[in-house]
Amino acid sequence: MIDFDTMVKKAKASWNSLHDQKKPVIFAGAASCGRAAGILPVIEQLKELSKKIPLDIIEVGCIGPCYLEPIIGIQIKGEPTILYANVQPIQAQELVENYLVKNDPQPDKAIGTIGEGKIEGIQSFWEHPMIKDQVRIVLKNCGIIDPANINHYLAMDGYQGLKQALAMKPEDVIEKVQESGLRGRGGAGFPTGLKWKFTRSEKEPEKYIICNADEGDPGAFMNRSLIEGDPHAVLEGMVIGAYAIGASTGYVYCRAEYPLAIDRFEKAIAAMKKHGLLGENILNSGFSFDIQIKKGAGAFVCGEETALIASIEGERGMPRQKPPYPSQEGVWGKPTVINNVETLGTVPVILREKSSWYTKYGTKQSKGTKTFSLVGKVKRTGLIEVPLGTTLRKVIFDIGGGIKEDKGFKAIQVGGPSGGTIPSAFIDETLDYEELTKLGAIMGSGGVVVIDEDTCVVDLAKYFLQFIQAESCGKCVPCRVGNKQLLDLLVKISKGLGNIDDFELLEELAFTISQGSLCGLGKTAPNPVITTLTYFRDEYKAHVIDKICPAKVCKDLFLYQVDAETCIGCEICRKRCPVGAITGEKKQPHVIDFEKCIKCDVCSTNCPAKAIRKIDKVSVKIVSN
Amino acid sequence: MTIESNKISTQSFKLTSSAIKSITKILEHNDHDPRNLIQILQELQDEFHYLPEPIISYIAKQLKISEHHIFGVATFYSQFKFIEPGKHIIRVCMGTACHVMGAQSLLDKLSRELKIISGETTKDGLFSLESVYCLGCCALAPVMVIDDEVFGSMTAAKVNRTLRKYQKQNSGNKGRNKK
Repeated sequence: MIDFDTMVKKAKASWNSLHDQKKPVIFAGAASCGRAAGILPVIEQLKELSKKIPLDIIEVGCIGPCYLEPIIGIQIKGEPTILYANVQPIQAQELVENYLVKNDPQPDKAIGTIGEGKIEGIQSFWEHPMIKDQVRIVLKNCGIIDPANINHYLAMDGYQGLKQALAMKPEDVIEKVQESGLRGRGGAGFPTGLKWKFTRSEKEPEKYIICNADEGDPGAFMNRSLIEGDPHAVLEGMVIGAYAIGASTGYVYCRAEYPLAIDRFEKAIAAMKKHGLLGENILNSGFSFDIQIKKGAGAFVCGEETALIASIEGERGMPRQKPPYPSQEGVWGKPTVINNVETLGTVPVILREKSSWYTKYGTKQSKGTKTFSLVGKVKRTGLIEVPLGTTLRKVIFDIGGGIKEDKGFKAIQVGGPSGGTIPSAFIDETLDYEELTKLGAIMGSGGVVVIDEDTCVVDLAKYFLQFIQAESCGKCVPCRVGNKQLLDLLVKISKGLGNIDDFELLEELAFTISQGSLCGLGKTAPNPVITTLTYFRDEYKAHVIDKICPAKVCKDLFLYQVDAETCIGCEICRKRCPVGAITGEKKQPHVIDFEKCIKCDVCSTNCPAKAIRKIDKVSVKIVSN
Repeated sequence: MTIESNKISTQSFKLTSSAIKSITKILEHNDHDPRNLIQILQELQDEFHYLPEPIISYIAKQLKISEHHIFGVATFYSQFKFIEPGKHIIRVCMGTACHVMGAQSLLDKLSRELKIISGETTKDGLFSLESVYCLGCCALAPVMVIDDEVFGSMTAAKVNRTLRKYQKQNSGNKGRNKK
């Protein structure tokens, strides 16, 4: 086995040669999101082209701005890489040919450059409006390096943190992580160093470390992106953690819905073993550690520590009472640390740099940076990383570019089904653990869903309750029965059948569920209801008292109607209507039969004249009476 | 909304000697260890596309645990299926971003077209319809996946065209459950 420094030297040489080689290199963003957007046919097309024009094609992870995908970068010797967005196969070929053959970098089609040097008319990618306010620490390598090539990671100072850790005493490693102020990025924000300290102090010699990659929050994909773009960072963090607590076995618990992430982990683990970074006597330090991958089987509750442990043990993923905490009795009854993907992904840089370097980012109690998936009704969707304590305004308007179609900004939903809905009035509040808890939400794993005036908060709360109710494991009564009752009440309200007393009942139930549930899933389940009921009481009242859904989402409270003056009589809606509810002659205004209409929205989305209106159901009754 | 159902409800599975051979291989690979039960079930499902009852009974004997226990574990996780899925599996993402962007309309439309609800398979064995919570492609919401092909920014209006492509490929050559 070669020593570490030689290994790094070789890796750096290989990385540099990629940039100094004569043959042009294409970087293709091929994480799951890029694949969904259609990068694979683009890669096929370019592979075909490489038979004529010599080029290397390298698949990289996601660089962040998902709304621009598929993204490719073209690099020729001595020039920075130029990134092009929303490329299709034929267009990609043209871009490559124009740049490589005709030496035309086509600034009008580029979104930025990466690397040293400047190209006339193209700004640096790091100056892009979505990127310039971000601080990329965890995501440093995502979209830049080939995640399947350990040399790329090594060339980016990879495994330096591990090397330093192995030269320290485990207690000092824990001390350094504590000094950095790093807190669990999975949601609860428990200090990572402290968690390690507790586990290390247990007398039982057999200990375990688990990487929680069961990212189940609907609307969140930060962990997936990090694993797909930079798996070694997460695994390096895991080895450091194992050394610190004294574990010899680790598990990666990854959800089965992320096949590419699992594949990246498998390849990375194999490469680590080959390079002496995993297995017996890691880097000749005398420390031995191995990692096994466990695939989740589709249960949201398995993100909860004790449920996850049960699942690893081959049982139903049901949580149990704490204490004993996993740090005392975890997997196979042994002391266990469970860390989130992003937490572990942050550990290497903390070991590599001075503690003060990391603590310069963030707030007093929330140090460092956090990744968020910015989605929903926002112009620039994607994966972002900002210092904790960044304002919502900066995230939504500066980074996200504001609301789609410039509609009214209503709220953001943070933290998924356990989180809450924060109204636009709090736009200048900050994203950090304390502030979000104060507002009734939680950091969660970092899903930020932006909501505009067309989203109904009652419907949103109902949606989360449906999710929770389906995912509740059923072990404890408050969660199993309480959430079902909560959901039934919301369904009643959304149908216009609620009354004002229901609010009190909702609040009482929510309190009981949050106090009485066994695990985090139940304890936080009422958050979406409580926050919407607190901040959007008028909207609830409209459903209950006026029987109106102001956003026109709750289907029982509105009707579709053709605006006779705008209708051009094109017959499209009549032909498309799946239930034959629309009548009308050519060039004559059409009419929708309210009785037959199933509110599928097909007429509305297909109408070229935008003549289909949603009207309050109550207003029609008054007319027909 | 009620729809006339087109779902498949019963199936028969024969435990052939070649099936037993593959099962044995999977059990051996997992050391006949009940602690690896979830992994065993995952590998069985990869092999047989679902978990037929005869297989559960068979592995219960082999692993020396009760069928009840296996069913208890298997039914807990949404990944495991007990009816053979259709040739093409349509998964509609119901994640938050997709919900806000109109995933319910998309699912309703598919239900109407295929005459099955989420979790069911069409009688001809061509399609299974599933709703899943978050495929992690939130920026492309609403998202639908057929087998491994992802369709981003889907609308109800695009459904027919997409389905027709698959129906055409299979005309005259019905799904896996052909008689």
